Amino acid sequence: MIAFLKRYEGIWLFAHSPTAIIAGIVALAILIGAVFAPWIALVNPYDLSSFSLFDGLLPPVWQEGANPKFLLGTDDQGRDMISSILYGARLSLVIGIAALTIAAVLGVGLGLAAGYYGGRFDAIVMRIADVQLALPAILTALLIDGIARGILPAAIQQDLRVAVLTLAIALSLWVNFARTARASSFVQMNKEYVQAAIMMGQRPSRVMFVHILPNILGPLLVITTVDLASAILLEATLSFLGIGLPADSPSLGTLIRIGMQFLLSGEWWILWIPTLFLVVLVVSINILGDFLRDVFNPRLR
Amino acid sequence: MLTIKDLAVKFPSRFGDVTAIADLDMTIAPGEIHGLVGESGAGKSTVGAAVIGLLSTPGYIANGDLTLGDTDLRSLSAHEAHAIRGARISMIFQDPQTSLNPLMTIENQLVETIQAHSDVNRSAAVKRAVDLLEEIGIKNAATRIKAYPHQFSGGMRQRVVIALAICTDPELIIADEPTTALDVAVQSQVLDLIRRLAKDRQIAFMLITHDIGVIAQVADRVTVMRNGRVMETGETQQVLMRPTHPYTRALMDAVPPLYRRITRFRVPDEAETLTPGTTPDNAAERWLLEGQQHDLTGLTLEDIHVSFPGTRTSLWRKPDPFVALQDINLTIRPGSIMGLVGESGSGKSTLAKAITGLIAPTSGTMILGDRVLPAGRARKRHDPSRQLIQMVFQDPYSSLNSRHRIGDILSEPLWLYGFVNDAAERRALSAAMLELVGMAPDAIDKYPHQFSGGQRQRVAVARALLARPRFLICDEPTSALDVSIQAEILNLLKDLQSVFGLTILFISHNLAVVRQMADDTAVLRNGRIEEIGKTESLFECPQADYTKKLITLTPVMPRTWKV
Repeated sequence: MIAFLKRYEGIWLFAHSPTAIIAGIVALAILIGAVFAPWIALVNPYDLSSFSLFDGLLPPVWQEGANPKFLLGTDDQGRDMISSILYGARLSLVIGIAALTIAAVLGVGLGLAAGYYGGRFDAIVMRIADVQLALPAILTALLIDGIARGILPAAIQQDLRVAVLTLAIALSLWVNFARTARASSFVQMNKEYVQAAIMMGQRPSRVMFVHILPNILGPLLVITTVDLASAILLEATLSFLGIGLPADSPSLGTLIRIGMQFLLSGEWWILWIPTLFLVVLVVSINILGDFLRDVFNPRLR
Repeated sequence: MLTIKDLAVKFPSRFGDVTAIADLDMTIAPGEIHGLVGESGAGKSTVGAAVIGLLSTPGYIANGDLTLGDTDLRSLSAHEAHAIRGARISMIFQDPQTSLNPLMTIENQLVETIQAHSDVNRSAAVKRAVDLLEEIGIKNAATRIKAYPHQFSGGMRQRVVIALAICTDPELIIADEPTTALDVAVQSQVLDLIRRLAKDRQIAFMLITHDIGVIAQVADRVTVMRNGRVMETGETQQVLMRPTHPYTRALMDAVPPLYRRITRFRVPDEAETLTPGTTPDNAAERWLLEGQQHDLTGLTLEDIHVSFPGTRTSLWRKPDPFVALQDINLTIRPGSIMGLVGESGSGKSTLAKAITGLIAPTSGTMILGDRVLPAGRARKRHDPSRQLIQMVFQDPYSSLNSRHRIGDILSEPLWLYGFVNDAAERRALSAAMLELVGMAPDAIDKYPHQFSGGQRQRVAVARALLARPRFLICDEPTSALDVSIQAEILNLLKDLQSVFGLTILFISHNLAVVRQMADDTAVLRNGRIEEIGKTESLFECPQADYTKKLITLTPVMPRTWKV
């Protein structure tokens, strides 16, 4: 009975937390919209032939002069705002998730090893992490961007924009994973099941990944969720500053940067709608992250 | 004075109310020490919490009367109840490490409590605090009172907690496992103090404990609880020596006696538990016997020293090493059980870690059978001793990986040491092994959290056996378990040892348990062996003063009590 309750505690808590449910639904809706963007969206913002300049600067439907075809209006190029946002979110999520995966693999691997071996290896990894933390993410991104520009032939630079951006974000996020994995595995190292495994003569990699890792998944899952929001924001920031993606393949950040030009010219929707969308997406992911943290840490309940 | 009638405590949950206490009657007279015993989950602490009005939410008193003197405790408003707590009812908690505020001096904590309950100025309160500390046996109380809790030893700290409890002259003190965290010597002093306070000050004590020995030493009357109900109540000697209720009888059978050795504990549901040797044809038993090669393996330790780097006090000087073990010479005869007793911090677990290779001794040799054991990191992953030496840990809640199924946990040694290469065969053997240690074979697909502490400890024993060990280290294998479960596990270990001829190092702080288990016993103190000898002679005529002290101070049923 108790075991049953413990097992499904998370689901029960979720069902009784309206904020978590709303955040979950919003995040899920955005995810579905982004994944199925090519089928849902009216136009393909990357395909110049699918939209027309004559539809440019149309306001949302509730304003005068709107075209009911474009629910939230269009930008100066005549691109449907909804379509741009869906494609933008798709790109933002792809970059965010890819960056997060790289950061998680790198960070968890190094953190687990630091926790397992301790001593000098731990000290070296953690000092590198400290240095990484001292560098702002934007600086890291600029650095990688600069290096990429320097060593890659111009022809493939445009194609590699996404990869460079992803790598830059991953490099500034791995520290969180490494620190969490290290701290949690230190706790597990003192548990007798780990000592039993070491004593029996099991391979270090097996002790780390088969024995310790499943027991520290809780805090890592929380970090993953919260960092997904950070990754999306970071991508938006970099794109907004122009280091990220170009205007012809807009992510959410690029859309906001483009919208900035219309801030004072009456076409408010071009800036405000992508911005609100980004806020809603990040806030709902953060709420889910907070909820997960509460589930895994009963003391905060 | 304290009268409890028909008490019922319930905890609302998502699936209706859970009854924690039902139909509980109890009276405690002034100056009486009333023992409340029972195994974990019996509801002992809940009774204490209900009396003092500190039931953890959402628990509530569903029924019954609680009267202290002529005050009805249930009818009090929150404010009145608060005034009574501390003034008329006090509490002593289990762990003196956490029940004192580490950031306040003893003086401030005592004065704060005194002033909260009586209208006296500070200097009068300080004077009273000093008198109290002197009364409970703290020397130089006037200067010691300025100290912080961490500057006191564990026993002294528990005395301070008791001083806090009595500084307002309460009528009733609820002591919840007051000596469980203490070593025997300190425990006996604290128990003496409790007895003296009850006698001199006519304070009534509700002494909540799981330790029958403690009850036998100090309690006037005792109430035995199980699952929130009273099983039996009466004079201590009568309840413990001539129990009428079957549960009390079973409980008393499971308590290991210090003054004699019994071959097996009587366990009520033994019929359900399979006993090795009696099971006609168990695959795991056959497998173990066939791998045994019928050679018994002893262990010899010669001049083992273990020291750890100490805390650095100066930037320039190398810190003095902390010596955990020195001059350890120990021969464990092949096929025998060596008991290792000592108080906390005596180096028992350090010795186990040195043998298993988790830490390296600074000097000395370890010889297993006829082979010198490599120490610490020099012992490679494929060293044969990794398989020959296995260990059963203290805490069955942390010694099994909670994310792995029982089957995965058990088959790990089988493939790791290359015994069985076929997964289906490993599974069959694991299931048979579960049967051998007295568990249903279908446990193989469950997770550790689905089992009780005793069952998990059985799984831990099964895992150790599946490595086909020659030498087994049991580090306090029963100290986290209830006494009836302890009896079952000890029976199991004895049976397995006799069938498979294992050599066992049995580490425990509980002398009575060691007496039941060990052929030879070594007494460890501050990293040195005080005495070593045959268990029977060591317990009957101990040579070292320290051993004598340990044996006399261990709370047990007095020898004079005869059935």
